[in-house]
Parts: sequence; structure tokens; C-alpha cells
Amino acid sequence: MATVPVEHALMLAGILFALGVLGVMVRRNVVFTLMCIEIMLNASGLAFVVAGWRWGQADGQVMFFFILTMAASEVSVGLALVLQLYRHFRTLDVDAADKMRG
Amino acid sequence: MNTVFYMSAIIAVASTAMVIMERKAVHALLYLIVSLLAVAVIFFVLGAPFMAALEVLIYAGAIMVLFVFVMMLLNLGGAAAGQERQWLHARAWSGPGILAAVLLAEVVYVLTCAGWPKPTGGVVEPRQVGAALFGPYVLGVELASLVLLAALLGAYHLGRRAAHEPGGP
Repeated sequence: MATVPVEHALMLAGILFALGVLGVMVRRNVVFTLMCIEIMLNASGLAFVVAGWRWGQADGQVMFFFILTMAASEVSVGLALVLQLYRHFRTLDVDAADKMRG
Repeated sequence: MNTVFYMSAIIAVASTAMVIMERKAVHALLYLIVSLLAVAVIFFVLGAPFMAALEVLIYAGAIMVLFVFVMMLLNLGGAAAGQERQWLHARAWSGPGILAAVLLAEVVYVLTCAGWPKPTGGVVEPRQVGAALFGPYVLGVELASLVLLAALLGAYHLGRRAAHEPGGP
């Protein structure tokens, strides 16, 4: 049975990552920004799993496990920050918080 | 299995594109869940069944539930009832529903028709992953637990209301 070419799987990871970057740049809502960061982390994890599959090693999946842990902690802190942003500015616009003071 | 891979890849890309184009956050969240499920199917095809299960459980389960909770907290205005009526339109859930139905069809195909087709290439068993995690990577696992603890404390500290705010301690 023919297997999926590695290039196609890596290309999929690249496309997903590019979509995540595009979303971070295009959207101004901070919840969407967090979602797009999740997309990017997931895409990089996919690249690791593809590499581990290519060489038949468990290391790629171990790296995905670490990325999963990092994503979980990042999203919990990020969402707490979203709540604080909304409490201070009554908006979810990231441009509302572009001043560094206090 | 190649067809399963390419169909899941198309679903992942399409639903991710819908995430960044959707106007309402909850609709985008539905598409994001479908995208993560599609990536989980891809993990299964690529011989990583343990990571596919983790993707569904932690990404599409726990992390997305966090997003939903925060959106619930942010949407406590008076317009919540009208928004609820809006969300029940078929237009809101038909797109993610159709994509998820295609994923379900793939799962049914994998389980029934082709007599348990093997994932393409080799499979890296969960046993190997666990042995690697608690062998050479044991320091990384400890550091991951520290990161989770730090995130727990940080989220608690950031999420609680200050003393002068209404509802604070």
C-alpha cells in the first residue's frame, strides 16, 4: 500500500501554520488571536508527529506531548489575561491595550 | 488510508480558514474544534494513535471548554437571550456539522469497510512513547509539570478580582 508522501503532510502543517499567522495578523479580537496561536502550536506539533512518523521514532510524539502541555498552560494564562483586559477596557480589541503604563 | 488522509487534510484547512474568517467567536470555536478533530484523524493515519487520543481529549476537549467558559463569562450582558436565539439558526452549526459528519464517515470507514486498514507507514506504539517519556525525557516531564503549576498559579492570580473591584475579596 502506497503511503502518504512526507512532503504532503509537512505541507499541510505549513498551510495550517500560515493560516494561524494570517489570523493573528488580520484579527483584532483578542480571543481570535488566542485561537490562532492554538492553530499555530497545533500545526508545529503536527510537523513533529510527521517527522517522528517518517523516522519511526517516538521522539516526535514526545515533542507533541510537550507542545500540548505548553499550549494548555499558555491558553489558561492567556484567557485569564483576556478576562482582565475585558474588565479594564470593556472591550476585546487588542488595540485598546497598546499603551504601556501602570 | 491515503484518501482518509487527504480528506482530513482538506477538512482541516477548510475549517481553519473558516476560523479566521468567521465573525462570531463561538462559531469560530465550532470550526476550530472540527479542525482539531481532523488533525486527530491525521495523527491516527500517521501511526500516532496515542497522540490522536490526546488531541481529542486535551485540545478539542479541555482547551476548547476553557474557551467556551471564558466566552460565557464575557457574554453576560442583556443581549444574551437574543444572541442565544441567533445561535440556534441552522446557518451557525450546519457548516461545522457537515465537516464533522465527513470525519465521522471516515471513522466509520476505517472501523468497518476495509477490515482494519493499517495506518500508512509504521505505527509508533503508545508503549514506545511512554518509555521515551519516562526514559531519556524524564527531566522534560518534570519541567512540564512545573510549567503547568506555574500556569495554574498565574491563571489564579490573573483571574481573581482585585479587592477594590465589585465581587472581589
